[in-house]
Amino acid sequence: MDERLKNVVVEHSDDIVKMWLEEVNTHKKNDYTSTISDEMFESTNREFVNVIFSSIEKQGLSSDLDDFSERLINLGWPLSYLTDGMQVFRRVVTDFILKQSDKIDSDYFSEVLRKVDGWVDPIINRLVNEYSGSWEHIVSLQRVALQELSAPLIPVMENITIMPLIGTIDTERAKLIMENLLDGVIKHNAEVVLIDITGVPVVDTMVAHHIIQAAEAVRLIGSRCILVGIRPEIAQTIVNLGIDLGKFPTKSSLRKGFQTALELTNRRIEETQNNDEDIEKLIDSLDRE
Amino acid sequence: MDFQSCVNIKKEWDIVGARQLGRDISRKIGFGTVDQARIATAISELARNIYLYAGTGKVCFEALEDMNKKGIRIVATDEGPGIKDISQVMEDGFTTSGGLGAGLPGVKRLMDDFDIVSGEGEGTEITVVKWLR
Repeated sequence: MDERLKNVVVEHSDDIVKMWLEEVNTHKKNDYTSTISDEMFESTNREFVNVIFSSIEKQGLSSDLDDFSERLINLGWPLSYLTDGMQVFRRVVTDFILKQSDKIDSDYFSEVLRKVDGWVDPIINRLVNEYSGSWEHIVSLQRVALQELSAPLIPVMENITIMPLIGTIDTERAKLIMENLLDGVIKHNAEVVLIDITGVPVVDTMVAHHIIQAAEAVRLIGSRCILVGIRPEIAQTIVNLGIDLGKFPTKSSLRKGFQTALELTNRRIEETQNNDEDIEKLIDSLDRE
Repeated sequence: MDFQSCVNIKKEWDIVGARQLGRDISRKIGFGTVDQARIATAISELARNIYLYAGTGKVCFEALEDMNKKGIRIVATDEGPGIKDISQVMEDGFTTSGGLGAGLPGVKRLMDDFDIVSGEGEGTEITVVKWLR
């Protein structure tokens, strides 16, 4: 029985492929794949159906399937193309087998369904696993990349360190900010730390609370914290929310904050003598002689 | 009433999703950057309250438009433990989670209309509106 069904399908593979292609093509018009060129779609369909048949013939998943799915993942084909294709295949094959047979009772019917499921389901599972595996891989890579970016600390000068923050701050990141800040202050022996929030889109009570806590912790270990990069709209929302940031100095820009930091560490920016002036003076004095 | 869209709050990152959608909608309505920041902050507070106290819930947005004014309505609903004493949570500095306690009174100041319906064990629904001036 098993072999017989398989033989029926393999022998009539041409008919089945034709029916499958027709049906898949009707799918194409109204969805995701509409941006893909016709030839590309055609050749991928052919390859897909060949892969399906080869795994049915071999009675098992072939390495062709892995190669095929890997290539589609790299090209960015949607997973729904493959799952839809497999559903269509299941329907087409079931229809075909039932049409071929003369006696149809419920036993035979469920036998056919079970057999077809046995062909189709392992392929679907494998494809879904490949896809989700690749997504999980990407997500974990991005998480690592994000973590590396999340709380950088830059020692710009002796005793002055800057932490530029860009993007949303969630609880996990807030924890990292606190840890990096305290570690960095001790490691670089910083007297003043500038926290730059120019790139933080929204400062709500949670973000403000974390910043206040971080500043307080920096104060406890004997350094000072200046909050810089407060945009006008952020200043307004902070006032509306009624958050008290009065405990530590704040500045509108990193530049102003840096100047304050220099003052706090008893330094200031001094312009070097202009060389052109020197030469002019020299020429002047030469003229006078 | 133009359209309505909702964001389900289940994870912490859904707060960001809600905020971004709210900001997009308010930009389309024509709010300036300051009001966009106010609206985004208010959404952030409401969504975070859902995440912290109720676990799950949703935030819905609606663009309002009648003859002479435009605005955005934000409805945050959850089926969490609810609020026992509403006047207490509207006080500045009241918190049960160790935060700043500026969330709800802050939202009220950020927005134009503020309405809260809640009871112990009955969940919470907060409706806020910001009008375009």
